[in-house]
Amino acid sequence: MDKILGTYNGFEFTIGDTLLELSYLIAALLFVYGLKLLSHPETARRGNLWAAGGMGLAMITTLLLHKDAAGSHIPITNVFIILAAIGVGSVVGWIAAIKVKMTAMPQMVSLYNATGGAASMLVGLLEYPNAVAGDVGSILVTILGLIVGAVAFSGSMIAYGKLDGRVGDVMKPFMTYLNLVLLIATLVLGAIIIFSPNEPAEMTGLLYLLLALAIVYGVMFVLPIGGADMPVVISLLNSLTGIAAAMAGFIYNNQAMILGGILVGAAGMILTMLMCKAMNRSLLNVIIGAFGGGGVSANQEHGTIKEISMSDAAVLLSYSQKVVVVPGYGLAVAQAQHIVHELETILEGKGVNLRYAIHPVAGRMPGHMNVLLAEADVSYEKLIEMDNINPDMPNVDVVIVIGANDVVNPAAYDDPGSPIYGMPIIDAHLAKNIIIMKRGMGKGYAGIENFLFFNPKTRMLFGDAKSTLQKLVSEIKSL
Amino acid sequence: MEQALIFFFEYKLEIFIIALSIFVGIEVISHVPAVLHTPLMSGANAISGVIIIGGIILVGHADLTSFSFSLILGILALMFGTLNVVGGFAVTDRMLEMFKKKKK
Repeated sequence: MDKILGTYNGFEFTIGDTLLELSYLIAALLFVYGLKLLSHPETARRGNLWAAGGMGLAMITTLLLHKDAAGSHIPITNVFIILAAIGVGSVVGWIAAIKVKMTAMPQMVSLYNATGGAASMLVGLLEYPNAVAGDVGSILVTILGLIVGAVAFSGSMIAYGKLDGRVGDVMKPFMTYLNLVLLIATLVLGAIIIFSPNEPAEMTGLLYLLLALAIVYGVMFVLPIGGADMPVVISLLNSLTGIAAAMAGFIYNNQAMILGGILVGAAGMILTMLMCKAMNRSLLNVIIGAFGGGGVSANQEHGTIKEISMSDAAVLLSYSQKVVVVPGYGLAVAQAQHIVHELETILEGKGVNLRYAIHPVAGRMPGHMNVLLAEADVSYEKLIEMDNINPDMPNVDVVIVIGANDVVNPAAYDDPGSPIYGMPIIDAHLAKNIIIMKRGMGKGYAGIENFLFFNPKTRMLFGDAKSTLQKLVSEIKSL
Repeated sequence: MEQALIFFFEYKLEIFIIALSIFVGIEVISHVPAVLHTPLMSGANAISGVIIIGGIILVGHADLTSFSFSLILGILALMFGTLNVVGGFAVTDRMLEMFKKKKK
């Protein structure tokens, strides 16, 4: 292994060095291949395993073959410490992954994202003192890794808290300016450190101040973001973690880290853009958080709200041919996914065709409704994407909206004054009958009236989604 | 200006990799069906745990002769990285298994 093969850039390299770089190449290719397979339903599971294999390979070869600048391998004591740390992390990570309820998946993904950001942040923090004074390039990537990692860490922790219901939305008008000030302060301080000619060891005070600023910015950046915008923010934070890892890759001149990190950064960015498009808003608009409260067109005619009795709803559904369920975050909150599946089974038994219409930003993370319903054994062929179900909406006998609001609000089409004007929606208003399950007459996340409620074809079933559905199911059974 | 040029030259290979990886990332992800958004995100999240390599290098060459705060932070970074990698891949696998089961 230690046989010298030749010299490169003035350094001698051995068989071991070559094998290490080769393993990084293989790992990088496995990341790309795995991600490619992950984007098709048939191959997704294999893709995940391939990527995991690449990671395992890179970890093992680094442990065995990595040498520091002085040419010494990782000493055996350090190997044991590393294995112990990895062992603890693996056991905790594995148990948490096995134990977590599928309904808690958005929180879990956020939490893991936070740990990745924290790792990048700590690597940046610890590598900075090793940088050479005045070497702007390597200090730049170290500081960027630190800042981005810290923001991803604290931001994801807040996102975790929100998804888990521990942290509420905090939105004060001054926060936009405060955040801008915080961001500028973080960047300016970062620039001061990067361009300082001083020895890094003399800068520790400023470094910790920078760390604190970046962490606070991450918190303040996610705090005001409302629930409906969470899918955008979660994929954005995911992207940031990738970028932070790539920056650390620069420090170590490690191509597998750079490629892996940037790959995730780019993929997360694409997903972020997709989510923004699904809300017809720009990323800047989401971050600044100009949403909410803008009920401009309150003077429009409201009409009346009509309720439907449980038995009428049961009869209506039983004698329909096509029924579409539009699930929203309310379904997840009420934990009503299993009872929805029961409704589906009973109606299918009566010859009703029931499908689910999935809006891209329904719920709190990209694909939230898919995971939620899959957990309740709903076949994924029954989950129809918005663009595919909308053309068939006029033929649908009954559409049941469960815990969704803004994603079916026709104001997106015909009220230019509405904050959601232009957002693509599920065309529930085109169906022949509309049943809306709702806890009360509260407004949706956007704080705007939903004119679907006043549609002559609409009837309301008030109450908690779970108990309402339970009553409905037993009513249908007794028909 | 000169600094930026020097930076580019010194890191030209890495910058090539970044530029190409961005395109690969976009290309690989585009046209992903919505049903896979969550597993894809969580799988990608696990890949960003590649920072663990940095953690291994950091702790691997740390000086053990004296107890230091940095060593603790380094070990912490390793643990966080492992959590991200192991938890991320395991959770993704669980989700995908769930999708698979329903296919039949």
